[in-house]
Amino acid sequence: MSVLTPELRQKIEAYFPRYPSKQAVALPALHLVHDTLRCVPLEAVREIAEMLEISPAELNDTMSFYGFFKDEQHRLGKTRLWVCRSLACQLRGSDELLGHLCEKLHVQPGQTTQDGNITLEFAECIGACEGAPSVLVNDEAMMDVSNEKADKLIEELRR
Amino acid sequence: MPDFEPVLLRRIAKPDSTSLASYQADGGYQALRKAVTTMTPEQVIDVVKTSGLRGRGGAGFPTGVKWTFLPKGHPGPIYFCVNADESEPCTFNNRILMEQDPHQVLEGILLSCYAVRAWTAYFYIRYEYGKAFRAIENAIRELYANNLLGKGILGTGFNLDVFVHRGAGAYICGEETGLIESLEGKRAWPRIKPPFPAVEGAFRKPTIVNNIETVACVTHIVNRGADWFKSMGVPPDPKNPRDAGSYGPKLYCISGHVNKPGCVELPLGISVRELVDKHGGGVWKGRKAKGCIPGGISMGLMTEVEFDTPLDFNGPGKVGCLGLGTAAVTVFDEQTSIVDVLYNICRFFEHESCGQCTPCREGTGWMRKIVERIRNGQGRFEDLEILGEVGNNIGIMPGTTICGLADGAGWPVKQAVKKFRPELEAYIRSGQKSRQPLPLAAVH
Repeated sequence: MSVLTPELRQKIEAYFPRYPSKQAVALPALHLVHDTLRCVPLEAVREIAEMLEISPAELNDTMSFYGFFKDEQHRLGKTRLWVCRSLACQLRGSDELLGHLCEKLHVQPGQTTQDGNITLEFAECIGACEGAPSVLVNDEAMMDVSNEKADKLIEELRR
Repeated sequence: MPDFEPVLLRRIAKPDSTSLASYQADGGYQALRKAVTTMTPEQVIDVVKTSGLRGRGGAGFPTGVKWTFLPKGHPGPIYFCVNADESEPCTFNNRILMEQDPHQVLEGILLSCYAVRAWTAYFYIRYEYGKAFRAIENAIRELYANNLLGKGILGTGFNLDVFVHRGAGAYICGEETGLIESLEGKRAWPRIKPPFPAVEGAFRKPTIVNNIETVACVTHIVNRGADWFKSMGVPPDPKNPRDAGSYGPKLYCISGHVNKPGCVELPLGISVRELVDKHGGGVWKGRKAKGCIPGGISMGLMTEVEFDTPLDFNGPGKVGCLGLGTAAVTVFDEQTSIVDVLYNICRFFEHESCGQCTPCREGTGWMRKIVERIRNGQGRFEDLEILGEVGNNIGIMPGTTICGLADGAGWPVKQAVKKFRPELEAYIRSGQKSRQPLPLAAVH
């Protein structure tokens, strides 16, 4: 039973003309699958590797380097909420913010809420330092995140 | 002294600053037209070389010189990689350039590719910059639709494709060979240099990797000339034969314990003190500064007494910092414990070490563990000696690692032991634990 739908396969194939080697499509392919399935199942690793004409071990080598990609056991929730923990944000309260969110969502960093809505993680500098403490909601930064603003965000994400 | 007239940030406050129409209305793509219709690629390289432009990504290598490392008469393909991986903590100027004025960046890419005879450019952008990614993709679509990308640009024989390639959260992908490895679909393990990318880079072909702010400068250099560029900044220090000068406008990032964090554009050479007080609104809450990181965390630390150091390519080295780096200044106030600052920095580097070289992989771990132990009230005086020793021995400069991440990891540690020693010793002596206990959930 193929994990990659024909649609996903087409999207991956669309990247081939851009690079002189198929292996270069590894990150784009992993992102496509990860965004759709909220993880990269082992079977998908095999299927992508076959498309890229590399061994599954080689693709797994690449995938496991980036802590970004989750396997089936750590599937992401609907929204990935990362709290920046680097210096500029720490100096302006990111530790407290992360603690507040852990309490509010009843999770540890890396875990997903019971309702499957939000995965809370910490991130290294997300480049939104002028608005420290900042968070990343999937791939868009939100700045000046006070506890109140975080609560409002959670409310919206749960809708 | 009159306020500096922004060049790179000139358009960012305008409504619709991201569209092609608005960019062209402001004179955009005239430099490109001038280059592809009246200049040879070599002439473009020359003007960039003469301008003295030095890379804005952190290493400050003269851009025009880097371009001349490409083999002459190579049949191609030659690749151009745009380094939009901006991950140095406390740095965000590239993000602003991409989000608010993507065409300024793209024109610089077009000009650079024309100069180095590349017909394929890979725009490597960190995943976390979603808004910038969409702005750039949009701008690229506009360019293809208007004969400014693809085949026969502006009716000439110049062809260029720009492909955006999203990263996946690894700081080491900002290292030029780490970026290339990641682009090729592998673990981002930096390569031993030589060979340099200009000789053998992406897909084993000659490759140039340049930073976002650097290519944005190229646009203006071609437009207004090398002399104009050199009218800003600081000429070479006659006492330092290795100083190639510090010319041009620079985007400085200010963050941390200041009243007005943000990004400001100034000619190279402003002092930390003036940057913080005049442009950053001064230290917050009426407090005084204890110190800062002067150029992203890899450059080390400055004490408040050193704040008169000019932030150009030459100045920070005089107080023992690694260099200008990304010109990102983060201030910490007198109530901040240096141990907390150091812990944050060590934790970052341990997390981001790619693991390829033993001294970095193990050394960053040791430094974090030692500082963590100090933080938990279990420090010993000999820990400071060990930290200094590790800091001095890991890196491309002591010759023990393949890339400079380790140098960046060791520098703040070395500098903390040197410049903040009394505070560290007092901390250890008192056996105190950090006043900012991390919530248990956030322990690494």
